[in-house]
Amino acid sequence: MSTSGTLIEVSDMSHGYTMAGERMTILKNLSFTIDFGEFVAIIGPSGSGKSTLMNMLGCLDVSDTGSYLLDGQEIRKLSDNKLAAIRNEKIGFIFQSFNLLPKLSAVENVELPLVYRGISHRQRRQLAEDALTKVGLGDRMHHRPAELSGGQQQRVAIARAMAGSPPILLADEPTGALDTRTGKEVMGMIRQLNEQGHTIILITHDLEIAEQANRIIRIQDGNLVEDRRKA
Amino acid sequence: MKLFQSMRMALKSIYSSKVRSLLTMLGIIIGVSSVIILVSVGQGTTSQITEQLNGLGTNQLTVNITGRGATTSLTYDEALALGDIPGVKDVAPVISGNVTAKHNTDNVSVSVEGITPSYEDVKDFHVQSGRFLLDIDTQYRQKVALIGSSTANDLFGTDSPVGQTVQLNGISYKIVGLLETKGSSLGGSNDDKILIPISTAERQLQSKGVRSITIATTSADTVATVKSRLEGILAAKFSNATNAYTVFDSQQMLDTVNSTTNTLSMALAGIAGISLLVGGIGIMNIMIVSVNERTREIGVRKAIGAKKLDILAQFMIESVVLSGLGGIIGVGIGVGGSWLLGHYSPLSVSIAWNMVLVSFLFSLLIGVVFGMMPANKAARLRPIHALRVD
Repeated sequence: MSTSGTLIEVSDMSHGYTMAGERMTILKNLSFTIDFGEFVAIIGPSGSGKSTLMNMLGCLDVSDTGSYLLDGQEIRKLSDNKLAAIRNEKIGFIFQSFNLLPKLSAVENVELPLVYRGISHRQRRQLAEDALTKVGLGDRMHHRPAELSGGQQQRVAIARAMAGSPPILLADEPTGALDTRTGKEVMGMIRQLNEQGHTIILITHDLEIAEQANRIIRIQDGNLVEDRRKA
Repeated sequence: MKLFQSMRMALKSIYSSKVRSLLTMLGIIIGVSSVIILVSVGQGTTSQITEQLNGLGTNQLTVNITGRGATTSLTYDEALALGDIPGVKDVAPVISGNVTAKHNTDNVSVSVEGITPSYEDVKDFHVQSGRFLLDIDTQYRQKVALIGSSTANDLFGTDSPVGQTVQLNGISYKIVGLLETKGSSLGGSNDDKILIPISTAERQLQSKGVRSITIATTSADTVATVKSRLEGILAAKFSNATNAYTVFDSQQMLDTVNSTTNTLSMALAGIAGISLLVGGIGIMNIMIVSVNERTREIGVRKAIGAKKLDILAQFMIESVVLSGLGGIIGVGIGVGGSWLLGHYSPLSVSIAWNMVLVSFLFSLLIGVVFGMMPANKAARLRPIHALRVD
């Protein structure tokens, strides 16, 4: 895996759904590239298509047309199982609602992607503990999600996303379910991860959050209307 | 590695909803335990009957005269003549009837059998005190009797009956021997009877005909040839009225009893097996509910890299662990229940270990079969849809 140059290359991506017999185009001929180490915010009002774009970038779905090269690999042609492997190795998800498994302890949650990667028990426990320590939850490893605050749960989710050191962290409204103060903490942590070299793609509708990124891509009605880099 | 992890996950998820899991397993538990108990009781009963029949001896033939048609009976001499058939070791003709036996003021209704001394060896039925009947008793129509242990107890209590007098329908007999206790066999109780010489019995019961003849052959191998010769003689005697008599050997009876009890226990096991099947449907039901409840979990797992097979395996293992756990509990209850029945009830039980294994494996199979559909449903969920569910 290279660590510089183009990480994501989207060209002419279009996607739509048929809903109640009516064809709805959600993404219209999107093209952009994201380099290694960037901190990109994808911003747009609800219904703009940004969630669909996130599904595409996260390899949770494949677009109808166009091409999506991730780290030089065409995603659209891959089977479901191959997509699962790509998600496992290349993408760390941070969801708005954390999406931790309630029956597992913090450290077990963080281990989960590594389980699917087939890493040995001892090694993945080590990686998970390191990741949790990094997000400041070294003393909460064996707590269940229900025993943690929202901010702590999101930190567990961040630890889970980065434990396997994937090149991309994909954060979907990571502060949406948090109060302002913990939201700031979490954003600080995400910025810090970017400074450590992780590529961050942040999906949000909140301009204030988006402003913390180095680059803002604005989506409206399925079109890319703005691609602005901060100086 | 992954398998171990999946099993731990499955146990965890089963343990976290204990009541629901237990209720789900109940069908399997009841099915497995009832299969084991029913088959164990069936096997126990079969082996008990087999033992009793073997006690009768495998080299025996019994002729019963039911008396239909022109000729209705066999005389004593004709019966003894059957002893001339090659391969016959001994013949014990029996005349039987019921009398009222009286001693002092005690009355009992009891079956009486007129016998010859050969009865002792053929039926393997000996006295525990006194003497058996002798040829001379038959010859001179002596009024002597042997008494069964239960009847002796009814009439004489704890006193020794030997040397005492008993009245059979008003006629006095001297008791010369007390029979050993034999328990019940297929023909009823062996201890509730009085044996008298056959010649005396002809008069006592006012019956000329021999009712039943037990024939001992020289070995078990000659039973078949003796039987066919015997049937030939009887057919000639009764002018081919084949319903006037029956001939059976204990082997034939053993086969009949075995096939009957086998059919019966298979039928019972089949009914119990249906409950296993119903239990399987219960598991499928709960697995479908579980997949629906955990749609989001499945979405998360898929998003972070679980392949179809991982999800399939997770739910299959959960279903198999659920049904297997039910199977283990069922085996415990089945074996324990059989043991209790064997010790604290009159039923004779022999634990059917092969059924224990079969029903446990069957419960695992049910987990596989009925887990397949829900697990497949889970594995095919698309992550973007699964993640959207709350």
